[in-house]
Parts: sequence; structure tokens; C-alpha cells
Amino acid sequence: MTDARTEILARVREALAGSAVEPVETRAPRDLAPATPEVVDLFAERVADYRAVVERCGAEELEDRIAAALPAGRVVVPPGLSVRVPDAIVDDGTLTAAELDRIAAVVTEARVGIAETGTIVLDHAPDQGRRAISLVPDTHICVVREDQVVPDVPDAIALLDPARPQTWISGPSATSDIELDRVEGVHGPRTLHVLLVAGER
Amino acid sequence: MSGTFVGMPAFPEAAREALADSQLRHNLAHATGTIRAKRAKVVAEVADWEELRLAGAAVKERALRDLDTQLVRLEETLTANGATVHWARDAAEANAIVAGIAKAHAAEEVVKVKSMVTQEIGLNEALAEEGISAWETDLAELIVQLGDDLPSHILVPAIHRNRAEIREIFRSKMAAAGRPAPDDLTDEPAVLAAAARDHLREKFLRAKVGVSGANFAVAETGTLVVVESEGNGRMCLTLPEVLVSVVGIEKVVSRWEDLDPMLRLLPRSSTGERMNPYTSVWSGVTPGDGPQEVHVVLLDNGRTRALADEVGRQALRCIRCSACLNVCPVYERTGGHAYGSVYPGPIGAILNPLLKGVGHDDQTDSLPYASSLCGACFEVCPVRIDIPSVLVDQRAQVVDAHRGGVPKPEAVAMKGAAYVLGRSRRLSVVERFTGLGMRFARRFGPAAWIGARDLPDAPGESFRAWWMRTDGGRTDGSRKEDGTDD
Ligand code: SF4
Repeated sequence: MTDARTEILARVREALAGSAVEPVETRAPRDLAPATPEVVDLFAERVADYRAVVERCGAEELEDRIAAALPAGRVVVPPGLSVRVPDAIVDDGTLTAAELDRIAAVVTEARVGIAETGTIVLDHAPDQGRRAISLVPDTHICVVREDQVVPDVPDAIALLDPARPQTWISGPSATSDIELDRVEGVHGPRTLHVLLVAGER
Repeated sequence: MSGTFVGMPAFPEAAREALADSQLRHNLAHATGTIRAKRAKVVAEVADWEELRLAGAAVKERALRDLDTQLVRLEETLTANGATVHWARDAAEANAIVAGIAKAHAAEEVVKVKSMVTQEIGLNEALAEEGISAWETDLAELIVQLGDDLPSHILVPAIHRNRAEIREIFRSKMAAAGRPAPDDLTDEPAVLAAAARDHLREKFLRAKVGVSGANFAVAETGTLVVVESEGNGRMCLTLPEVLVSVVGIEKVVSRWEDLDPMLRLLPRSSTGERMNPYTSVWSGVTPGDGPQEVHVVLLDNGRTRALADEVGRQALRCIRCSACLNVCPVYERTGGHAYGSVYPGPIGAILNPLLKGVGHDDQTDSLPYASSLCGACFEVCPVRIDIPSVLVDQRAQVVDAHRGGVPKPEAVAMKGAAYVLGRSRRLSVVERFTGLGMRFARRFGPAAWIGARDLPDAPGESFRAWWMRTDGGRTDGSRKEDGTDD
């Protein structure tokens, strides 16, 4: 008996034999534009549309805004976070899922923000941390800098490195499974608080 | 779950039962109407939507026409990224691979992300036979699983259940599966969702093995993508030590940038959102982050059969958005269960016969007739699958499959006629499907036979004509429509 791999590949070749018509190459319409102030405004609007909390601030206010946004309880931060969060637990990769479940909030940065869709993409670099820390705690405070915002999905795809794990986040966790009533917050963080910081890093 | 699609009655009979269920019809009409409106709104926001659809179709078509090369490439890149690749010809092989991995880790349970392909292969039942519990973690799937029920819609599988029923299912069934529902459980959706959160969190935190499907697999980079809403996907893909993803071979796209049209098309077509809440992207194993043992099972299970069908192969482009279900007049009336498959609606009406082949069982053979050929499904399909054309071709294949053997060529028309004659009260439902089939058969098939036997004619009015005239059965209808559609 041939193995599954050999047989499947043989079946594929047989199925395609005699139909060598090459499909026309069609590129997705893309209109790569620089991130203008309007694009940043749109990003803020679209993130808020998902019922996430969006605050805009200057870099000098950031520490205070984070402190004000934190709920009661402990907070975890990734090892490479560039802003100081007093009393935070710095993730060293050893916290178990059960331990993370007893932590109320996480503060991370992001890799890119997509204006058109109101999406934040994490690529889990050291300023964002491993995937579990931005998943298990119930509040996610995410710092996005204005110069990280791009107009649309193709711009983000062009910037992102497929070798890195990514989490694309568009608003808090949600379901419409019960009579199509939208409920925010099932398994992911029920509160998503985005701090959109003016200027460059 | 003990519910099964196997041995379900053929479409007309199942549809009749569904039509009699007014709760189901009400829920479905509400659901499909709501999602339709949301989709239309966000699609209208995109100026070059038609161009985007062409791009989406081209991305999938390009990968399918070169599938052997793409699969070999995918295997190479996944392996280079630290994943283990398995190949499965059919459901039994895939199930055995997943069970073997779970057993190797002495896991008595696995947590699952909603995945159509694992439903297709009956993974939960297969694991149960090996003594392994498979916990569904999507809210709707949890409702379906606890209720010992079958999903009725690709996107909102529990749409046939209302909030009071869901509360009852949670109260009576959660305790046996793990953390019980709280005593003060109400039927508020937010309260029910919170109960599901608590019930499942316990399972996420202790799970050793996660099982998923994938929406896309990128050959060039060895990357899998899962699109979801609730965060249960992220939990299953991130917290367990071991991750097994069962991926149909048609999920492959060639290049990283091919994700661009797909990730713009899918959420708008599916939930009617600009973007779904969460999309997880991973390329094998990332040291120190997420599962450290990653498996990918590449599954055929009829896909190469579909690929060999020159007309039907386009169905393999399907990204399971469910837009075609929500615009389908037949689906809106009958619901998903009538199709007797995990793939319901217009896509199910072509995909099931393509995957399984026609001429073997009545249920599958009846599906290409479960349509009015109105074309709404083609118009909304983000990857431009011409479902009506494939349906017509499948009907011809059903007729052919019955020609010259047992049953005889006339069997299809006969079966419909006998069915109608047998119980007249069936007629009101069945004529919609039979009329078209009869006329189709007369035109392309055993025309002489029908003439000679003087069979009572099925109604001349097509389903579509009836639909237009009566506004889908909402009025008696006095407006006549010109022409026919077959
Ligand atoms: S056939 Fe098209 S519209 Fe229907 S589920 Fe598949 S991709 Fe969506």
C-alpha cells in the first residue's frame, strides 16, 4: 500500500492533468498611502466602533494614562515594554496560564495599527511579550504610536514578518451566538483600552 | 455528541420537517436578515469590492491549479518551522493521527476551536471511542455539544436555539461536563456568555492538547491562520503544550501577500464586520511562546475528487464565510439540518456531492436540487464561486449516475413523482424541487421515457417563478413573472 502522502499528491496530479489553463494573475487592489493625520483619526474612530476604549495622548502623559486605566489587582508587562508601569510583574516566561489567570491586566505595545479596519496587530516582540500574557488577563491596555498606524490591510501585510506569531485584534472579544445579540467579552480580554500616543518613538 | 448527519432523510423530507418548525423559521429569518444587512453595509464601504473578489478568486484558483507543488512547498516550510506534517487520505486516517498524538501525551481531553473540517471527519466521536473527550469551545458549538444537537449554520451553529433553551441546556448539562452553571443563571445573553467563560476557562487552563482547523495555510512561509471572534481560538492555539491543526488541502494559498485580499474579503462577507475580533497567525513553533509541539494534518477526504471535476472544482475556493447561506431563499426556509451535512446551504448543495461523489446515496443526490437557481449566492460569494452553474452540472451528473445501471435512468424523476403521489400533502414542499428536476430530466435525460409512460407532470411553474410571484410565500401572489429559468 502506498503511503498517504504519495497517494494524495498522485491524486492531485491526476485531477489537474489536462487542465493546464493558467489562471490570470490578479493583484488585490491596493492603494498604499502614507499615514496622514486623517488616517490616524480614522484608526481612532474605527477602534472605538468596536466598543474598545480609545484615548489619545502625548508621550509625556502616557505613564499617568496607563496608571489611570489600570483596574484593581495585579498587572503583568512584557520584558521589553518601553514605558514604566510601577509595581508591574515583568513576564520572564515562567508564569503559568493559571497564574496569569489571577492577574487582572496586561500592558503591551503593538506592531502596527490598521485604520480602515480598526485593527491592532501584535507580533509578540519583546515590547509585546509572548501570546499568553495578552490573552489571559481580563484587561488589555495597548499602547499604539501614531507612526505605527497604516491605512489598510495590504500596508500591514507588507510590514509584517510571517516568521513571527501574530495576533490581530479588532475590539474586545465578542460573540453574537445567542439570538445574534452582540456580547462583548467571552474568552479574550473583556476590556481593550487603546492609548494612541502622538509623535514618534 | 451523539447527534449525527448520517442516515438523514433526503432533502425534501428533511426540509418538510424543518418548514413545520416555526421557531426555527423565525430564528433563521431573523439571523439571515440581520447578517445580510450588516454585510451589505460593510461591503458598500469598499470602493473596489468587485476587484477584490476577482483577486480573492484568483488567489485560491492559482493555488488550486498548482496544488501538488503548493502542498509540497507547504510541507517543507512547515517542517523548517518546527512543525510535524501528516497526510490523511480520509476521515479515518486523520482521526487516527489526532488520537495518536493525544495518546502519546496521555491526554484524556482536548480543547477545540470551532472547525468545520473536524466536524466533517467526525473527530469528536472518533476521539470519544478512544476515551478522549473533545471539548468544543466556541459558544455556539458548546451549546450544540451540550444540547446533544447538530449545528444548523456555518457561522451561528446554534441559531435554531433561543435564549431560554440555551439557559436550560446550560443548567441541565454543564455540571456533567465540568464546572456547573451558576444557580442564578438568567437568559440574558451576557450572563449566558459569562457562564460559558467560567465553564471553559477551567478547561483552557489545564488542557495539554489543542485541536484546530485553519482558514488559510501559506505555502511560501509555512504559516497557518485562524480567524475567530470570541478568543477561544487564541486560548486553544496558545495555552496547550501541543497543537494539532487539521487542514483541508484546499486551504493553501501560495504567498504571504495573498492573505491581503482574503483577510479583507472574509470578515466583511462572513459576520459583516470590517474585521473579526481576533486573527491568530503562527508559523510552526516559536520558542518560549505558545505550543512547543505543533502538528499539521493535511486532509484529502474527497477534495481530490472535487478537484478532478472541471466545473465543480471552483467549490474548493470556498472560504466558509456563509454569505451564500444568508441570501439563499431555500436555506432561509429550511435551515441547515435539512442538508444533512456539516456544509449546508448553497455551498453544501454542491460541495457534498463533489466530495462524496453522486450515485451512492439519496441524501447527497438530492442536494443539487435544493436550489431555485436564483443566483444570489454567486453574487455575494467573495471568491466568485458560480454555484448555480455547478448545481446544474451536478444535476446532470446525478441523472447520468442513475442512467444505465440500477436504478434506471428515470429513477430520479420517478423518485420525485412517486414521492409526491404517495402523500399529497407533501406536494406543497416537494413541487418546488421536483418541478425543476422533472423538466431538467425531460430536457437532457430520459425525455422519451417520460413521454411514453404518461407520468403526471410536475408543476410547470419553477420555484423561482413561484418565489417571484408570491414574494417567497408571503403572499398568494398575483404578479406573474415571464420566462423560466431552467
Ligand atoms: S461558497 Fe462563497 S459565499 Fe458560500 S460560504 Fe463559500 S466562500 Fe462564502
